[in-house]
Amino acid sequence: MSELLQFLFSGLTVGAVYALVALGFTIIYNASDVVNFAQGEFVMLGGMLTVFAYAAGLPLILAAIVAIIVTAAVGVALNKLAIEPARGAPVVSLIIITIGASIFLRGVAQVLFGKQIHRFPSFSGDTPFRIGGATILPQSLWVIAGGLAVFYALYLFFTKTLTGKAVLATSNNRLAAQLVGINTNWVMTLSFALSAGIGALAGVLVTPITNTSYDVGIALALKGFAAAMLGGMGNPKGALVGGILLGIIEAMTAGYLSSQYKDAAAFVVILLVLFIMPQGLFGAKQTERV
Amino acid sequence: MRLSHKTATLLVLIPLIVLAPIFFPSNFYYRVGSLIFINGLAVTGMVILIGYAGQISLGHAGFAGIGAYSCALMPVHWGIPPVAAAVLGAVISALLAWLVGRPILRLKGYYLAVATLGFGILVYMVLTNETWLTGGPDGMSVNDSGLRDMAEAVGIDLKNSQFWYWMCAIVLVIGVWLAMNLQDSPTGRALRAVHGSEVAARTVGVDVARYKLQAFVISAVYASVAGSMVALQNEFVTPDVAGYMHSIEWVTMTVLGGAGSVLGAIFGAAILTTLPQVLTAFAEYEQLLLGLIMMLVMIFMRDGLLPSIMRRIRGKDE
Amino acid sequence: MSALLSVENLGITFGGLRAVHDVSFSVKPGEILSVIGPNGAGKTTLFNMISGVYQPGSGKVVLEGQDVTGMRPDLLAHRGMSRTFQNLQIFQNMTVLENAIAGFHLTESGNLFADLLRLPGSRGRARTAHQGAMRLLERVGLEASAETNAGSLSYGKLKRLEIARALALSPKVLLLDEPAAGCNAVETEEIDQMIAEVAKSGVAILLVEHDMKMVMRISNHIVVLDHGEKIAEGDPATVSRDPAVIAAYLGTEAAEDADA
Repeated sequence: MSELLQFLFSGLTVGAVYALVALGFTIIYNASDVVNFAQGEFVMLGGMLTVFAYAAGLPLILAAIVAIIVTAAVGVALNKLAIEPARGAPVVSLIIITIGASIFLRGVAQVLFGKQIHRFPSFSGDTPFRIGGATILPQSLWVIAGGLAVFYALYLFFTKTLTGKAVLATSNNRLAAQLVGINTNWVMTLSFALSAGIGALAGVLVTPITNTSYDVGIALALKGFAAAMLGGMGNPKGALVGGILLGIIEAMTAGYLSSQYKDAAAFVVILLVLFIMPQGLFGAKQTERV
Repeated sequence: MRLSHKTATLLVLIPLIVLAPIFFPSNFYYRVGSLIFINGLAVTGMVILIGYAGQISLGHAGFAGIGAYSCALMPVHWGIPPVAAAVLGAVISALLAWLVGRPILRLKGYYLAVATLGFGILVYMVLTNETWLTGGPDGMSVNDSGLRDMAEAVGIDLKNSQFWYWMCAIVLVIGVWLAMNLQDSPTGRALRAVHGSEVAARTVGVDVARYKLQAFVISAVYASVAGSMVALQNEFVTPDVAGYMHSIEWVTMTVLGGAGSVLGAIFGAAILTTLPQVLTAFAEYEQLLLGLIMMLVMIFMRDGLLPSIMRRIRGKDE
Repeated sequence: MSALLSVENLGITFGGLRAVHDVSFSVKPGEILSVIGPNGAGKTTLFNMISGVYQPGSGKVVLEGQDVTGMRPDLLAHRGMSRTFQNLQIFQNMTVLENAIAGFHLTESGNLFADLLRLPGSRGRARTAHQGAMRLLERVGLEASAETNAGSLSYGKLKRLEIARALALSPKVLLLDEPAAGCNAVETEEIDQMIAEVAKSGVAILLVEHDMKMVMRISNHIVVLDHGEKIAEGDPATVSRDPAVIAAYLGTEAAEDADA
């Protein structure tokens, strides 16, 4: 029983990270119909930049804020320099552009930060809490709380603010949004900034537990995308639930079956979901128009 | 008379292959040449999948892994000669592609991309983790194929790198010939119809699922043979042959040169294979540059390098 | 003669909206049946259900006495059904000729290995399809554009190319969704004649068309839809006098036609 609880805790922790990556996917996907394969690199940048800002002498909290802002700026640059000029390109081209961006950012990180593994200290120490025979790190609680906080903040943003409603309107119908005077280019920019910032926050929160290196992005992007698909592409609630579910499944696989194949389990589950209910848990069914 | 696509392609490709060695200052260039041909072969398969049928795969290196490890494992365990193992590997890849492709190809666009990427990574994980069979991340050696000895027996005595340059060239030309046959055949038209409009393809009687699957299986065989060639030439394999970066590189090469054309894709393979060799002094910038090239070409030359350049040239003529 | 294709109580809903409801009619070989109605009446949706693009929510489609409801379009093609599309579905990545050849898929396709190795059988089938396609292009007046990329053709020409491609299947029943849309008067008349000829050869034709003059001229039978329901049917004279039809449809469209 305590074993199960232990796996559940670790599943919730990684799951919260996947949920944050999936939320990042969702925001950009809704604003532009683009799946941004560089999403994982935002997480990497969040962690990496914090490491170096902290090493340069900034207090941890300030280092984290700098990392999030810089990553958000990278997201905006990605949109302005690579996504906007390619509007209307076929999906294959967009896949290659965002994978290209992902490889590019990884390459830059490799040159700037080197290939070694980096880390910075936990926010509130490393003394684990004991709950029902299992332990959980204080940093894990930070990660889970961060995931929930971001979700709630996004919920407030999209339902209570005019800007958030403009983003939603754009995702529903770009042309109609333009007609009622919404600057859809600005919505795109905002979405990329938001998405990159959330990714970076995930990196800041999880790095004290998992450490980071220049190449952690691709795996996170895949898991995050898988989580978003599991929940239903484009649905923020789906991203949250999908992420946490995926994290738990992975932790259970690692615990009870094989730790070597825990990544495989995530894919198998995702493939199954895709074939059994392609619209995901919360997604809408779509009909092709001819 | 107008040259057919096939004749034109082979008329450009074969002289290039035959004449290139004149300019090779050292044997190392034969090695690079054979790498280009191997990637060219895989990429020719990708043209059938991406260019003809309009489907994407980010997991074809998985099939290369199967082709490569077939050459490594079958001779050791079952005493099958390495070349026959390559053929069997292609058969296994085809069967696996058929099994995996049936459900996966129902997906489109991003979903298909991620599902195939997942498949490729699964193959890579198996090759890395099943150390008892594959030797794990350190890889394993491959028995001598004996091909060079056979060549020597009939009086063709070449250095290893030269021999494999010509071997890979022959396999590539056969692969290109088959792909060009396919392009202008009933099957090729059905594949391109699926690409053009699935709904219209259906109404003229094309079984869309079946043709997508055919393209997937054929391209898997190309990737598998490419993997086998790597194993036979190096006489050593590591799981890296199935690494997802190879899958991504192949898609990039294909689209870089122009996904619709075999020659363009091979051109793309030549550029991306040569680049790291030229830039060895800047090895740490390799990923950075690859990513940059992928973005720039897709943004500014949507149809790929070769078609864009051709249009530029033709535009000046008119 | 008995019906070649009949539609029985066909219906579909999209998100609670009844797009088509309880529509029935039948068409005999050699007959031209037109489905008319205001925009959004459900004509194209009806076509999409008959041709297997959409799964009907209720009702049946019967082709030559066999229930083919919701059958895949490619299997319907094998059974002799062929169609064109309101918003064109041309293979933009092919030449005009290749588009027409693609229409011969059923007779042209064979063994994958024969195609890969370019065996004589494969070449022979391709040659036959090529010749057939050229004849069809001549028939629709596109032989001069055979080698051009289909994407660069004018709208009117693309419409004719779609008809050629649909005819390549040698269909028993042909569904034409606004074949004359975007065509000038001369082209419309040519299409007119072509449809009549095809019908004369024994093909059952289902037509959706906005050009009322054309519909009245060539149809044997007309079915009128409004808000997804059949409100009238009969020969052109009967339908054009039907008060419900005039109220729902002809009232506005006929006036527009007269102005044009």
